Amino acid sequence: MQRILIVGATSAIAEATARLFACRGDALFLAGRSIERLQAIAEDLKVRGAKLADTFVHDARDFERIPALLRTAIEHLGGLDAALIAHGTLSDQTACQSSVEQLREDFDVNALSVMALCTNLANQLESQGHGVIAVISSVAGDRGRRSNYVYASAKAAVTAFTSGLRQRLYPLGIRVVTIKPGLVSTPMTATFKKGALWAMPASVAADIVRAMDSGKAVIYTPWFWRPIMWIIRSAPETLFRRLRL
Amino acid sequence: MSTGVSWGRWPRYDQRLIPITNRYQPLPPAGPMLVFGNGRSYGDVCLNAEGTLLTTRSLDRFISFDAASGVLECEAGVLLSEIIALTLPRGWLPAVTPGTALVTVGGAIANDVHGKNHHRAGSFGNHLLGFELRRSSGETLRCAPDQHADWFAATIGGLGLTGMISTARLQLRRVPGEWIAGDSQRFDNLQEFFALAAQSDAAYEYTVAWLDCTASGGKLGRGVFIRGNHVQHDARPPRARSLRLPLTPPLSPVTGLSVRLFNELYFHRPAAQQARALWHYQPFLFPLDRLLDWNRLYGPRGFFQYQCLLPGTEAATALPEMLRRVARSRQASFLVVLKQFGNLPSLGLLSFARPGVTLALDFPNRGEPTLQLLESLDVITRAAGGAVYPAKDARMAAQSFQQYFPAWRQLQDYIDPKFSSSFWRRVTRSW
Ligand SMILES: Cc1cc2nc3c(=O)[nH]c(=O)nc-3n(C[C@H](O)[C@H](O)[C@H](O)COP(=O)(O)OP(=O)(O)OC[C@H]3O[C@@H](n4cnc5c(N)ncnc54)[C@H](O)[C@@H]3O)c2cc1C
Ligand SMILES: NC(=O)c1ccc[n+]([C@@H]2O[C@H](COP(=O)([O-])OP(=O)(O)OC[C@H]3O[C@@H](n4cnc5c(N)ncnc54)[C@H](OP(=O)(O)O)[C@@H]3O)[C@@H](O)[C@H]2O)c1
Repeated sequence: MQRILIVGATSAIAEATARLFACRGDALFLAGRSIERLQAIAEDLKVRGAKLADTFVHDARDFERIPALLRTAIEHLGGLDAALIAHGTLSDQTACQSSVEQLREDFDVNALSVMALCTNLANQLESQGHGVIAVISSVAGDRGRRSNYVYASAKAAVTAFTSGLRQRLYPLGIRVVTIKPGLVSTPMTATFKKGALWAMPASVAADIVRAMDSGKAVIYTPWFWRPIMWIIRSAPETLFRRLRL
Repeated sequence: MSTGVSWGRWPRYDQRLIPITNRYQPLPPAGPMLVFGNGRSYGDVCLNAEGTLLTTRSLDRFISFDAASGVLECEAGVLLSEIIALTLPRGWLPAVTPGTALVTVGGAIANDVHGKNHHRAGSFGNHLLGFELRRSSGETLRCAPDQHADWFAATIGGLGLTGMISTARLQLRRVPGEWIAGDSQRFDNLQEFFALAAQSDAAYEYTVAWLDCTASGGKLGRGVFIRGNHVQHDARPPRARSLRLPLTPPLSPVTGLSVRLFNELYFHRPAAQQARALWHYQPFLFPLDRLLDWNRLYGPRGFFQYQCLLPGTEAATALPEMLRRVARSRQASFLVVLKQFGNLPSLGLLSFARPGVTLALDFPNRGEPTLQLLESLDVITRAAGGAVYPAKDARMAAQSFQQYFPAWRQLQDYIDPKFSSSFWRRVTRSW
């Protein structure tokens, strides 16, 4: 039995992952913004076998409350073996281009709040000497493109931050997993036209659980995004800057 | 991912798909809308041309399950297969299961589906303890046999028109295990079928017959009768591997010749006559669920299913007439199913299941000749005072529907003003 904290627990990818944890009897602590949706998810996870599924209302921008969140989670779970950070918002690129306010707000949610959580979690796990921190970044963070460079740069920050944190905690046996999903059919992408590259949350969730269990460093999910992103990262700027991606 | 295409893959419409991903999400402001469950209806009851489809497959959370009483509460987009995976290991099954487990709870309610145990259990609505109905007005109605009872009856078999079912409470049925023991026997004509049904219904939970619809003359009405009961048996279940038909063949392999050959082989294969048979519940209850997307076999033009009910008194004459017509047309297909219904009244205003015998046949869509054949079958069903199952229909005339379901006018009082379906607009046209 693992004791797992999930932040952004109402996200479709997080919920699908939580179901896999629940099926094997893990104890779960769910943080998110909407109490009624958290409760609906908690009930479901208990029916599916979760040893515990407690909820905590938390807005990711509320940095001051992070210590309280962790304290309550540890209290309810009786300790902490792993944390999954999943919340995020798909920035409105055009809006961010004309409003620094909007830009900052999105960065707070997608980058700073994640780093703040990681900072608190890292210190907690460091003191106890074991644990896993898994963070959902994105393939988008591998290279900025004109269509979503605000979202992409926030995810790039998360990717770089978790890379450094991974080095810091590695000697202590604490694992940091950076998860880079490709295109996933979730409420965040509801209005997108779907094609062959799209994955369902359940298959991404299976990859996440496997990566957390084995303490992998960086995963692309589905796997084929690794070669795709390699190509995109390798394109020389002389070419890339002309593309309309 | 929801597609907005129904199982018969015909007709196809332009529709706006809006996913409903949690049960507190408000309905969109503009209609006409309709819930699309898992699209296992064959025709247009789950379609809404030029309108909105609310897709509910992400409404798939359990709310509670009591393994002592077998009461399960869940959101309406949960599949019966998902319920079974949760509850069968603890000895419970949905009390009624149609021939595929890949249907949502909401869809099972809205068509008030029946299964191989109709003679004992009635249809899905008979085991429904209650549900929540969301209306476009923003109102939520809690419905149960003794709470908003009229809305309860209107929504069971209500073809999705009364609003969106968000959650439901089901009374499951205790079973001793996941294996089914029984037997399988050939019959040479319909008299033998009726005799077998009459003698089996009391002792067997499940009865169903497969019919050779290509047979004519002296072989008319021959088939295989299958019956069984759940038993405790400690074998390991067969390995669950699914196959998916990856694409739609440009020309359908379902032709007159392949169908005759299949039927001949099916009737004569040794397993058709077994004094003692043991099945895992999967192939017994849901024989085609392992072959994902098998409906693509019928090619790009899709196919029809014709499922009618013939009242007991008329069946003995109407059934042979229907089979003769089908055999003569050389259009029918592999999957012909015959089942004697029981007398337990359905609770829905527009429920399909009622006392009598039900026949279901698949037909590749060959355009006008197929439509004419199906209309000629309707002539027989109408004369017999029977009915055609809306869940399987894409073409019946408004006049036929209104004769088959005289309560349709009563349903109109309960239809949500912002809900509608292609089916409903078609069958309520004036004629
Ligand atoms: C291989 C196969 C075998 C079958 N065997 C049988 C059988 O033995 N017996 C039988 O009775 N049927 C049978 N069917 C038909 C099937 O059981 C029904 O069509 C069932 O209703 C499909 O459920 P669905 O979730 O796919 O719903 P859909 O087909 O998507 O929708 C069906 C109807 O339900 C409504 N609906 C769905 N969800 C909701 C909701 N949440 N709130 C309000 N309305 C809703 C829709 O608007 C629509 O009117 C079979 C189908 C197949 C493909
Ligand atoms: N879907 C994709 O294609 C894709 C691809 C790559 C990476 N990702 C990443 O995957 C993660 C999960 O997203 P998803 O695809 O599962 O989408 P989702 O279902 O829309 O989930 C997004 C979640 O983030 C939460 N959230 C947003 N702002 C918040 C805030 N200020 N405070 C707290 N929670 C907040 C949302 O909460 P509410 O429900 O309360 O709004 C929601 O639960 C995200 O980090 C996303 O960036 C997704």
